[in-house]
Amino acid sequence: MIRSFRLWLWVAVVALGLTAGAAALLLRQPAQATRGFGGGTYSLVDQNGKAVDQTMFQGHPSVLFFGYTHCPDVCPTTMAEMASWFQELGDEGKDLRAYFVTVDPERDTTAVLGDYVGWVSDRITGVTGDPAEIAKIIKAWGITAEKVPLGDGAYSMDHTASVFLLNTRGEFEGTIAYGEANATALGKLRNLLAKT
Amino acid sequence: MLRASIRAAFAAIVMLSSSAAFAHEGHNLGATKAVGTLELRGGFARATLPNAPVGGAFVTITNNGATPDRLVSVSSPAADVGQIHDMSMEGDVMKMRQLPDGVVIPAGETVTLEPAGLHIMFMGLKQPFVEGQTVKVTLTFEEAGTVDLDLPVLGAAADSSMPMDHMDHAK
Repeated sequence: MIRSFRLWLWVAVVALGLTAGAAALLLRQPAQATRGFGGGTYSLVDQNGKAVDQTMFQGHPSVLFFGYTHCPDVCPTTMAEMASWFQELGDEGKDLRAYFVTVDPERDTTAVLGDYVGWVSDRITGVTGDPAEIAKIIKAWGITAEKVPLGDGAYSMDHTASVFLLNTRGEFEGTIAYGEANATALGKLRNLLAKT
Repeated sequence: MLRASIRAAFAAIVMLSSSAAFAHEGHNLGATKAVGTLELRGGFARATLPNAPVGGAFVTITNNGATPDRLVSVSSPAADVGQIHDMSMEGDVMKMRQLPDGVVIPAGETVTLEPAGLHIMFMGLKQPFVEGQTVKVTLTFEEAGTVDLDLPVLGAAADSSMPMDHMDHAK
């Protein structure tokens, strides 16, 4: 009698364990897309102050660039190139989204980012937030970002200048290098769009 | 609506300025200015994006003399601070360095300040650099003294004031 009760107890324990395991697996499912290169979790805000996190890259192809508004060369050039990509792709690129993540969250507030990214397209999201959270997304994408003093408290940021291409699952697909020929960049974007 | 048309206008400017067919009428591009043994040409500044507090300026300097000179400082009434910078790419990382000693212009040689290389950086802009306008810039050389330039403001991604250079993206 006691023996069979024990047996049932064990069955119950095993069943519970299986259920818990399955539940854990299921619950982990959404986070899988952000594993590997680019994987990580972070809580940031967009240029309108809306909360965004690692799931913002899911459901559409994306171009992702890290920069800052005090950047005199690489960033405005890349932003202007992005504007021309959206222009040239036209309807073909209607699903494409762009993200400008600041590496200088102390100076790049949501207010500063709004007009800056709005210049490019209405399909670009400016991303800023708490420096500790920005550090997490920088780490996730293997970005170099180092403050270089310019005197009188001014500084510039040495930073990775490549544009990352992300598929609809938010996974890394490739890069467009700084200064890459426009035709090559457009070819890569068309490849990315063709995969979706 | 207004924003959309401003954006369209900017996008058009970007396309125009990055195309080899960029028209130069109206700008005094290619105009040379001499000071001492130095000759300055092809100067321009890049239009700035909204809220960007910094702007870049570029010029080609030839030293026709027999002794070296040095660009020691830059200034503009349009900015609080002007500095001489060198930008370089290390792998895919952009690195920016201030050159506190300026830039030597060796005797008989030409030094080009251009995007993705040596350049003049203005910080604390008093107003944005707007394409089609000009920016007053004063360059000071150790030997030749000072020279004032009115630099045309080109597109935000303009590579050069010389149309053929637009083809050269691989540098």
